[in-house]
Amino acid sequence: MDHILTRDEVTVPENLVYSRTCLLTDNALSYCPGCGHGTAHRLIMETIEEMGLQADTIGVAPVGCSVLAYDFMDIDMQQAAHGRAPAVATGIKRLYPHKTVFTYQGDGDLAAIGTGETLHACNRGENIAIFFVNNGIYGMTGGQMAPTTLPGMKTATSPFGRDTASMGFPLKMTELIAQLPGTYYVTRQAVHTPAAVRKTKKAVEKAFQYQKLNKGLCFVEIVSNCNSGWKMTPLESNKWMEENMFPYFPLGDIKLPKP
Amino acid sequence: MKDIRLMKGNEAIAEGVIRAGCDGYFGYPITPQSEVLEYLMATNTEKRTGMVTLQAESEIASIHMVYGGAGAGKRVMTSSSSPGISLMQEGISFMAGTELPCLLLNVVRGGPGLGTIQPSQSDYFQAVKGGGHGDYKMIVLAPASVQEMYDFAKLGFELAFKHRIQVMVLSDGAIGQMMEKVELDEQLPRLTDEEIVKKYPWATTGKTPDRPRNIITSLDLNPVKQEIININLQKKFKHIEETEVRFERIECDDAEYLFVAYGSSARVCQKAVQLGRARGIKVGLLRPITLFPYPVEEVAKLAKQVKGMLAIEMSAGQMVEDVRLAVNGVVPVAHYGRLGGILPAPDEVIHELEKNFINK
Repeated sequence: MDHILTRDEVTVPENLVYSRTCLLTDNALSYCPGCGHGTAHRLIMETIEEMGLQADTIGVAPVGCSVLAYDFMDIDMQQAAHGRAPAVATGIKRLYPHKTVFTYQGDGDLAAIGTGETLHACNRGENIAIFFVNNGIYGMTGGQMAPTTLPGMKTATSPFGRDTASMGFPLKMTELIAQLPGTYYVTRQAVHTPAAVRKTKKAVEKAFQYQKLNKGLCFVEIVSNCNSGWKMTPLESNKWMEENMFPYFPLGDIKLPKP
Repeated sequence: MKDIRLMKGNEAIAEGVIRAGCDGYFGYPITPQSEVLEYLMATNTEKRTGMVTLQAESEIASIHMVYGGAGAGKRVMTSSSSPGISLMQEGISFMAGTELPCLLLNVVRGGPGLGTIQPSQSDYFQAVKGGGHGDYKMIVLAPASVQEMYDFAKLGFELAFKHRIQVMVLSDGAIGQMMEKVELDEQLPRLTDEEIVKKYPWATTGKTPDRPRNIITSLDLNPVKQEIININLQKKFKHIEETEVRFERIECDDAEYLFVAYGSSARVCQKAVQLGRARGIKVGLLRPITLFPYPVEEVAKLAKQVKGMLAIEMSAGQMVEDVRLAVNGVVPVAHYGRLGGILPAPDEVIHELEKNFINK
């Protein structure tokens, strides 16, 4: 090639193969560089845009790193008290059965303080989607032990490693709720590689499609990294996640609709 | 022809919310108010008006379901009794912070702890002074009859949406359980989703191209902004204090002594006023109907007229603090209360009046 294309020559509309969804706002993300939350946000908003659901969707943000999700998602949203997002979503969905309602929750929110609300929303088969970002740590409050912190893992409140004899075991909420008749589609995915992102996108799409068909609760866990909380570089954290998180929280569909 | 029925207080408020066009009830059983949820389920609200009735897994879930529904502009409510209301304080504080309208019913039982299932008025502080965290107030209505249990459903929703505030009906086990005749009025239609979009532009009903997205949140990490939010909340409470005070005066015009009592205690005092007058004591009763806003001016006005005031409460002395603040030392104020689920008797109350002010 005798001419190297300039940036302006490359970024012409006919060369455009990808752009940010219009449903993500221009606000700078509050997440640490390397964190998976941004990708998870993007996949949900892309799906809502592609399915034409913006005017139809009400999201519920949790307490935790994604407490400000409403700053980034250009849809109507309610910010719930810590752990209560599934109850808040139940209130909305029961009164607007034709709207699309989802919660976006972290592991502390969903699997510790909100275990009851999560379990019972799943058990009632609420027609909502729950997106569960599991990074095994409390990120927002500064890296404390979460219900999904792995055995031996060091955190601010388990400085010598999680001792299962006194601190219990990491909770597999996704396997737990998959056993309930109220859940319809339950899957565990990740967003650390392009292939994983594509699979998660499909899972998000299915969750919203099934909701439109009133099939019951759809639950998408996204195992993610917390490079700041884990005190690693983003690359190290992704490697550590593959080697340590995935064996305990294996990726893949856990409950598929019966044909 | 008037529609008059014999009902329990708990049933009356359940019928009242249906007729007031309520969209959703979320609750958890607890004595002595389980009839509310039972009545709503038995009457099949879904079929009757389209109103959703859902039994939640806890009082915590109930109040957050109410938060979700209220945030989307619907007329929603929950009910409970003292221990359950304690569990709801988290959600109530969040609704205060997000200025979401709702109706809450506390059919108070004796505490602390599991206490008893008998009537009490020991949750006055919790209801009136703010039971959850942060600087906030709710409008608190105190029914003294089954008719008022019914009436305050509609009034409660009106006030809640007028001011974007939580309205608590502070009842007690006696008013909730006793039966009286109730005059019912006509069914109000529930608002349609389209009407809600027009009437409540702040509600999360789905972002349409004609407006920015609606966000229901109580979070602002910038303390300067958070102070402004708080100052505006206080302005609203002040406005409510200036415009929404409600009370009833019974035999006050020539009164030399005054009972101050609300709810069941006011019913007891009503009888005590008759007994006192029969004995030649010029005694009246001031019955606050709104506990927040408290009838401060009326108490202060009566303080210039009477020789003494006696606050009667089924508590160790909670509302009496507001009486004393209003009286500001102008006349002596005494308190008499029965605790742990016991109602005072009218002759007991007259005896206390004589002991404190007349046979001194």
